[in-house]
Amino acid sequence: MAGVRLQALHRRFGDVVALDGIELDIASGEFVSFLGPSGCGKTTALRLIAGFDRPTSGRVFVGDKDITDVAPNKRDIGMVFQAYSLFPNMTAVRNVEFGLRVRRQGRGDRRSRALELLELVGLGHAADRYPHQLSGGMQQRVALARALAIEPRLLLLDEPLSALDAKVRVQLREEIRRIQTRLGITTIYVTHDQEEALSISDRVAVLSQGQIEQIGTPAEIYGAPATPFVAEFVGTMNRIESTVADPDAGHVDYDGSSLAVDAARGRQRGERVLVLVRPETVQVEAAASSENGLTGEVVSQTFLGSVTRLRVLAGPTEWTADLSAERAAALPIGAQVSLHFPPSSAKLLTLEGGAAEGLEAAAADSVE
Amino acid sequence: MVALTPRRFIAPSAVLWLLLGAAYFLIPLIATLIFSLRSNQTGACCTLENYGTIIHDPQFLKTIKTSFILSLETIFVTLVLLVPTVYWVHLKLPRLRPVIGFMALVPFVIPPIILVVGLLDVYKGTPTWFYAEPYGFLVGAYVILAFPYMYFSLDSGFRAIDVHTLTEASQSLGARWTTTLWRVILPNIKSAALAGAFLTLAIVMGEFTIASLAVFDTFPIYIQYINQNKAYPAASVTLLAFAITWAAMLALLAAGRGRAPAAQGAR
Repeated sequence: MAGVRLQALHRRFGDVVALDGIELDIASGEFVSFLGPSGCGKTTALRLIAGFDRPTSGRVFVGDKDITDVAPNKRDIGMVFQAYSLFPNMTAVRNVEFGLRVRRQGRGDRRSRALELLELVGLGHAADRYPHQLSGGMQQRVALARALAIEPRLLLLDEPLSALDAKVRVQLREEIRRIQTRLGITTIYVTHDQEEALSISDRVAVLSQGQIEQIGTPAEIYGAPATPFVAEFVGTMNRIESTVADPDAGHVDYDGSSLAVDAARGRQRGERVLVLVRPETVQVEAAASSENGLTGEVVSQTFLGSVTRLRVLAGPTEWTADLSAERAAALPIGAQVSLHFPPSSAKLLTLEGGAAEGLEAAAADSVE
Repeated sequence: MVALTPRRFIAPSAVLWLLLGAAYFLIPLIATLIFSLRSNQTGACCTLENYGTIIHDPQFLKTIKTSFILSLETIFVTLVLLVPTVYWVHLKLPRLRPVIGFMALVPFVIPPIILVVGLLDVYKGTPTWFYAEPYGFLVGAYVILAFPYMYFSLDSGFRAIDVHTLTEASQSLGARWTTTLWRVILPNIKSAALAGAFLTLAIVMGEFTIASLAVFDTFPIYIQYINQNKAYPAASVTLLAFAITWAAMLALLAAGRGRAPAAQGAR
């Protein structure tokens, strides 16, 4: 296994900048996800590593070797694609054997290795089936076995689960992680699904507009978003524009109310900030104001299974709060409620020029 | 419950149309068959002597062999030229597809008589083995005639598979271009290539104008010669040609299906 280093990776398509100076070090055996919306450059980055595309500038290293100019078939990188990529004319086992056959490995060896890998992905019984006889999930398992058969130095997964239904997705992503841990293979996983990225990665790199916005463990990405974009993209987040009122006590001013936010301590008085509060930390109670609180009106209720999501209009912003179903039942639409959150749970980002990029909607709210 | 039982009966109107269609094709064939069984001397029915005459005519075997070899050669050359071309266009130059599609229409627009005059001029000065032999000159011309049929068959075949993903998957597993084309792409466009091959075979087996004007002895020339000179054997040679062409197509089909099962369900 080998680590990966991306050095000042740029890729332009005409006037469009797809990658704008990606710098990244991935340790040997690490599982890193590229997370971002479509068009953020995550797939472009993966294709540069796979060798299907060349960077405009910058280098790609696997281990100590610069592979930027190496042809894709000489890189020893296994890849699983978003689209079903099994060769339709070959059975599952022959698909898995293909890479070994290209490497002129003996018939007996490659057959037993292929069967071993099909066993690993739980498809030992389907070795002689053709791709059209396999479900989507099974096809992606075979594709994974096929990518692993060549004992690659690096495994790339390009949204391999996006075509599958929700249940199979969860099952298969756990299996991917299990196999990756067992084989200790360095893996890069591209996805636009934050839950997927957060649940299986050692580290997540959040990409936007061709740049890495933040890289960190799933807990860091979720708990301490470094930029407004990450805050908005990963998970649901209440983004509250306010002004630092009392840096000593840690108070911000929001629509005339004073909110306690620990992170406001030591900031400049009068500084425009964005207070970030996760919906699961927001507490909602029937009327009667509380200490660190606001009053508002329930606007909508959405049942999400484990929780019920409430939208509460308090001040210029619609707040989102996740409550248990029983507690939400006591707070029907139109109910007057009080709303508060623990001062330690909120994060703070500095707002430059009044509004952070990508948060025009929030800014528009506060203008009223 | 009625709705649950599968429909086993074909609608009467469908049967009528089917019969009409069958009649359209079969009546001329049956008429030709009856005609071919009459004696060339007396005109009386029924004798197989016309078939004997044709089969024992050395010219028959010689010309049908020529035409058959010409077909195979044309199929081979068009496949070798077009499979990599269409593959590359689909993979790297999709913008060229309409251009090639337009070029493929040209052989339909230009009448063979103009084509042959042009070709006789263009090929002037080429070596004798090419210019004076059917296996050179005629193949050159037939490749042009077969171009649209083979191109459109292959194009639809390539559109039915995910060329990009299959190619990249193959490459990431270590395969070179040639391996990818031979082991991954070709088996999955086989039915399209076969369809193109059938059409090419049928065209070459029946092409008259170019062979006649360039003065080569092919099977259609032979049929025409018999037609002009012997009325009853002409009918039998027509039927034989029909049977042989069908047999050749079946042989191609068998050869194509022989190795791996066809890629049913290939996307």
